[in-house]
Amino acid sequence: MKRLAWTVGAFVALVVLLAVGLRLNPREVPSPLIGKAAPAFELPLLMEPDKRFSEKDMIGKVWILNVWASWCPPCLVEHPVVTQIARSGMAPVIGLNYKDARTEALPWLKRNGNPYELIAFDENGRIGMDYGVYGVPETYVIDRKGVIRYKHIGPLTADVVQKKVQPLVKELSSGN
Amino acid sequence: MATRLAAVLAFVATTAWAQDSALDRHVMELSHELRCLVCQNQTLAESNAPLAVDLRNQIKEQVAAGKSDRQVIDFLVERYGDFVLYRPPFKAATFILWVGPFVFLLAGLYFLVRLLRRRRVPEAELSDAERQRAAKLLE
Repeated sequence: MKRLAWTVGAFVALVVLLAVGLRLNPREVPSPLIGKAAPAFELPLLMEPDKRFSEKDMIGKVWILNVWASWCPPCLVEHPVVTQIARSGMAPVIGLNYKDARTEALPWLKRNGNPYELIAFDENGRIGMDYGVYGVPETYVIDRKGVIRYKHIGPLTADVVQKKVQPLVKELSSGN
Repeated sequence: MATRLAAVLAFVATTAWAQDSALDRHVMELSHELRCLVCQNQTLAESNAPLAVDLRNQIKEQVAAGKSDRQVIDFLVERYGDFVLYRPPFKAATFILWVGPFVFLLAGLYFLVRLLRRRRVPEAELSDAERQRAAKLLE
């Protein structure tokens, strides 16, 4: 009887281990950047090439950095969600246009709407590399001191915004 | 004069080429140790994903600039985490990864030994009466 209990117990433990392990998404690599200062950069703006944007311009604000490209279908999927965040006024949404071309990105925005406060143009993807971008779209929540607090890989969903992004932004904005 | 110039040029060209190929070989060696994050079961050396190409170029630039292997690997780990390493370091977060298989191996050995011990048939003890019967049968 005791032996049977042991065998069943071991089997259940194995099932639980596999059930949890196999459900994990291997694409969601934990970012080593969480809790660290957002990598410094200065890039021209997508819309106004002679103006520049740096992550330092946002010190003192809680903000959202959304990495996207016109060649990326999932970016189009998450676009309504990004638009929703921007409209809600939860936090300024800055775009990072990743490995794209102006001739492609600008018509894309015209077609789909531009929710971004402004968009930095990372033509060769070098800044994306510093941010550990490997699958656009990716979204970062950055606090007032310029520290990355959250990273989402892949398209944002209303659920992720409601459960993770919004509460975090609220918490970061309320503290001093 | 012309032939001498040609010889010098050829020599310069071959040494430049040799340096280049040594650099490329070094970059490839390094990239074989690193995981491509886009197609996760490929190394950076094997993958042709745009990011893998970018990262190989980045590695090449850094190696050419005289950075050590350690510095190049740290550059990648800072950005993408230990996950890029095919041989992750032994630390708290990777403890189960490194020790787990040995725990399973030991557990397996323990159960195997126990099973084999239990199977061993005890030597038959015969009573005197049985011994006599056996002797009779053997006659």
